[in-house]
Amino acid sequence: MHEHGGARQGDPVSDIPVEGRVLPIANSCTRPFWEATARNELLVQWCDECASAQFYPAPLCRLCGGEPGWFTASGLGTVYTFTIVRQNRTPPFDALGPYIVAMIEMNEGPRMMTNLIDCSLDDVRIGMRVEVVFADPVDAIVLPFWRPLTEPTI
Amino acid sequence: MAGVADRRAVIAGIGLSDYPHTPHLDTLAHHGLAIRRALDDSGISKADVDGLMCVGTYGVDDATTMAELLGVRHRWLDGTAVGGSVFELYVQHAAAAIEHGDCDTVLITYGSDLLSAQGRTLGTRLYTSGARQAGSLQFEMPYGCPLIGNYAMAARRHMFQYGTTSEHLARVAVDARTNASLNPHAMYREPISVDDVMRSRLIADPLHLLDCCVISDGGGAIVMTTAERAVDLRQQPVAVLGAATAQTHWNISQMPDFTTTAAATCGPEAFARAGVTVGDVDTLHLYDSFTITVLLLLEDLGFCPKGEGGRFVEEHRLTFDGSLPTNSDGGGLSSCHPGMRGIFLLIEAVRQLRGQAEAVQVPNCEVAVACGSGGFLSCMSTVVLGKGIR
Repeated sequence: MHEHGGARQGDPVSDIPVEGRVLPIANSCTRPFWEATARNELLVQWCDECASAQFYPAPLCRLCGGEPGWFTASGLGTVYTFTIVRQNRTPPFDALGPYIVAMIEMNEGPRMMTNLIDCSLDDVRIGMRVEVVFADPVDAIVLPFWRPLTEPTI
Repeated sequence: MAGVADRRAVIAGIGLSDYPHTPHLDTLAHHGLAIRRALDDSGISKADVDGLMCVGTYGVDDATTMAELLGVRHRWLDGTAVGGSVFELYVQHAAAAIEHGDCDTVLITYGSDLLSAQGRTLGTRLYTSGARQAGSLQFEMPYGCPLIGNYAMAARRHMFQYGTTSEHLARVAVDARTNASLNPHAMYREPISVDDVMRSRLIADPLHLLDCCVISDGGGAIVMTTAERAVDLRQQPVAVLGAATAQTHWNISQMPDFTTTAAATCGPEAFARAGVTVGDVDTLHLYDSFTITVLLLLEDLGFCPKGEGGRFVEEHRLTFDGSLPTNSDGGGLSSCHPGMRGIFLLIEAVRQLRGQAEAVQVPNCEVAVACGSGGFLSCMSTVVLGKGIR
């Protein structure tokens, strides 16, 4: 059903509680990323000099020291590892039931921390295919989340 | 070395403050107790201290504030912060400074009232404060991953890649508790079983409550000086045979391989500098923030091949009387963890090498290794210590 999975195509999800979370303060490195998520677009840095992608953003390429540019990621990836957090005393997480924190390995290579949503605690697996979705803005910040990808049944 | 001063660095004094729960002591009181005990242990006077190392809260117990509070007129100062492994890094740095002649006598000090001041929440809350995050954690903090979650994700990946089980991890906690049962100061002394660990509640899958280190109060201090100066001091000197530090990442999301730490780099390097192999190690002192940390360090230091840590702890006891005595004081898992455990690894290693470890003494202890883990399996530092001066 979400076979495209592209960052632009991901349906905004409105039922993710974002209120009360620690939100980012954009800096010179990260501002393009957060400006892009506000457009429901997932940007990852790309270094032309050594042909590598990197996330999170840095002022230079961590591999070769070159000056990275940006490209729009596919918004597709796999679960590299995960945990089910059952105890977090910091609001708003203290009021949630168990939730999934996962490391997503994007198709382009770099990894990103997220909450896996629309996924039951019993179903989460390493290697699971996932796609990005974007929450509604809170204080002008749009957080990306990831959810299981339903493969097309053609 | 006739006519030439023997400037090889040694540990000449150690001191612990009181632990695990000391509501009558605050951070500075822990520093004070540990320092007085370490100086007294060595026989060196405070006036002889010309190098100071301390990592702490700015304005409370950072290196410059401590120099003022202690009245230490240092020629050499280091307040590097790399997380709980910083004390292994300090020994490495101090040894180099002493051997180079930058200073003669270094005091390393640590104090923390974490349990009394903040309770047991270190691992199960977010480790930043404020509603907004400016730094690199802006890509992690929004997702509510507490400290333990970082280690849980490493454990999960290790299980996936190598078939490690929760029972394997539990073995580490069980052996730590056996050691702690003989330490009158240990936070928890009642023996536990693998089943007890497995039945303790899940905090962040796959880690259970008993896979986590305790939160305590505590402090420690170490006095280092030259081999020449140590000859007529109170204690048999402990030589720094080799030390090395390496870092793969800081924030967990940047860890290149969640199953391999930088100890795979700095461990072999420290061993090579010391001229020893894993077979020479009599006691091991590993930062056991969580059971998975011990498993990763055993593999990365070369005590077993990568991925074999689970089977290794099934076949080898880590108890003081086992085939690989590890964390003989009961470790962070059962004895003492006031936020940064690195200094306790070194102090227990010195106790073993001096033959002062009492009920948990390992016979003929000649070589001890301390390996600290700082941050989130991020910055690792390994120190190889030897009995006496060779």
